[in-house]
Amino acid sequence: MTASPNKPKKTSERKTSSKHTELLQKRKEWEEKYEKLVKKKPERLPSFVTTSSVSINRLYGPTDIPMTWNYLEDLGHPGEFPFTRGVQQTMYRGRLWTMRQFAGFGGAEETNERFKFLLANGMTGLSVAFHLPTLYGRESTHLMSLGEVGKLGVAIDTLRDMEILFDGIPLDQVTTSMTINAPAAILLAMYIAVAEQQGISSDKIGGTIQNDILKEYMAQKSYIFPPKPSMRLIVDTIKYCSKKVPRWNTISISGYHIREAGSTAAQELAFTLINGFEYVRWAVKSGMDIDEFAPRLSFFFNSHNDFFEEIAKFRAARRIWARKMKEYSPKNERSLWLRFHTQTAGCSLTAQQPYNNVVRTTVQSMAAVIGGTQSLHTNSLDEALALPSEDAVEIALRTQQIIAHESGLTNTIDPLAGSYFVESLTNKMEEEVEEYIRKVDQLGGVIPAIEKGFFQQEIANAAYQYQKEIEANERTIVGVNDFAKDEQIKIPILQIGEEIAERQKKRLEKVKQERDSESVVNTLARIREAAKGDENLFPLILEAVKSYASIGEICDVLREVFGEWKGDLLF
Amino acid sequence: MSTNQKIRVLLAKPGLDGHDRGVKVVARALRDAGMEVIYTGLHKSPEVIIEAALQEDVDVIGLSSLSGAHLALFTQIMKLLSEREMAEDTLVIAGGIIPDADIPKLEKIGIKGIFGPGADTDDITNFIRSNLKRTI
Repeated sequence: MTASPNKPKKTSERKTSSKHTELLQKRKEWEEKYEKLVKKKPERLPSFVTTSSVSINRLYGPTDIPMTWNYLEDLGHPGEFPFTRGVQQTMYRGRLWTMRQFAGFGGAEETNERFKFLLANGMTGLSVAFHLPTLYGRESTHLMSLGEVGKLGVAIDTLRDMEILFDGIPLDQVTTSMTINAPAAILLAMYIAVAEQQGISSDKIGGTIQNDILKEYMAQKSYIFPPKPSMRLIVDTIKYCSKKVPRWNTISISGYHIREAGSTAAQELAFTLINGFEYVRWAVKSGMDIDEFAPRLSFFFNSHNDFFEEIAKFRAARRIWARKMKEYSPKNERSLWLRFHTQTAGCSLTAQQPYNNVVRTTVQSMAAVIGGTQSLHTNSLDEALALPSEDAVEIALRTQQIIAHESGLTNTIDPLAGSYFVESLTNKMEEEVEEYIRKVDQLGGVIPAIEKGFFQQEIANAAYQYQKEIEANERTIVGVNDFAKDEQIKIPILQIGEEIAERQKKRLEKVKQERDSESVVNTLARIREAAKGDENLFPLILEAVKSYASIGEICDVLREVFGEWKGDLLF
Repeated sequence: MSTNQKIRVLLAKPGLDGHDRGVKVVARALRDAGMEVIYTGLHKSPEVIIEAALQEDVDVIGLSSLSGAHLALFTQIMKLLSEREMAEDTLVIAGGIIPDADIPKLEKIGIKGIFGPGADTDDITNFIRSNLKRTI
């Protein structure tokens, strides 16, 4: 790209331009020399591509950055618009990222014990994984819960389980992230209720609920209700929290699952940001001021194998978000901040030679840290096989600690800024995102695009291409399609027994016997009525959980009014 | 294939598991290999899956599970398959996150091919072609 050719140039511009011409000429000469060499001895591969199949040039130099590129406008210093270099001024020199390992399995007792183990080993924030019945708003005893109880996360049916989950953990001294979407309001209500029992008011607790339903339709698929009533529940939660739970991050707008489902890095970023803009639109439309809620929005990204591509993604994310949010003219600068959690890529882990996964996770974590993440989960080496064992989780946590304290990565802020390659990738990432924003606009917006299966098909296409590249040996996965060994490495596996389901069933029965059933019936009836109108549902849900109504019962009432989302069959 | 008849495959996601990346990749690979693929979509009960297999008159059922519920769900599905007298001529294969220790248990209830992370889709195609229970 060159500066506008029509205007008469100032001396300094003319100088720059002649310098640029010289650079272009020199580069051309270098490329010609390279071509000659390659003719004699070809390059190692027919093409060099990122994990997302984006073609990478053999060299990046000053001419790969547009002449219009401007340090202050395109990067800014850390803590300054457009925040490409980081949202906080001091970044890791001030405070390290939060080391937050996602955990949850079995019953509340087992997970409570794992939390205490992790806190004792230096973890600084909790992160709860719920089992599938909780994610889908079903009781552990429901027919569809067969075989799922306590498997992918902790089984939570009622407030009683939540009390056990956080037993002995003062909720004003930790922050807690909960991976929960369709029934997010119910789980947050339970957390508030547990805090109250501990004598802690809701303005003193901090944490995050994922509460990002749009990406559920696209990728993770733990949806319950159709998009519109789901968006209403989200807006209700945001509104309630802005007044009563001011330290709570009300949505974690997530690309993680989009990437795990097979998207490219650019799709992950584009779809996530597009979802983010949609939540902002809905909240503003409901009458909220941008500064009332935007500072509490947070993001969650994947960090995959391709080091530089990931770093570019994180940097571009901050810049695009800040630029778009500026259109709302917020008064609070935090409304422009894209703060994010990162998890290393579960889908990159191999069941073959599982110890190699420690290395993959290390590279991915380094990208997240150089990319300026606010918190990080490192996957355990055994996660392509099962839920992580305690030993595997410990290595994962130690990986973060080694990066934080031994690698030197944290000594300076955004160390790769100004790299021709990284800046060029960051620009390209931004362009690709803009392109997707245009496409989705043409489809009539996010919800119509979901209904048409647009995102789902884009992701499925990318996943299939990736698999085909591996099978054609165009892409090497160490230990899978190259450097493979016949012998199987045995590693200890965490197994969840069926006795958890039995215990959960008994506990749920006991809670139902002991609770004041009239109050349950009444609160559920009030939710049903309110769901039909437009009263904020959150306070009613809070009352219902305090009366020990189960997640399944509350969701069933909402299913009656809202209906269910059926999902797609495309592949 | 010796005739023009296509192999008919039902790919199913039993239970609440929402991980559908793998099943969709397999669906497409089998279709590209010339098979007729019917995908149930997510969150299907064993009953619904068996009903679909019967209605679609499939040669193969592929079950995908990454949530750890495979033993409970697959056992139920195999039981229904026998009850409907479909076990004799339906090949059942599985994929997902299935610990090694569970493989003999699944084989015992009649699930033949089990394909975990890193499996090659060509291997799945070939396995189906050489293990069909009825002639196409």
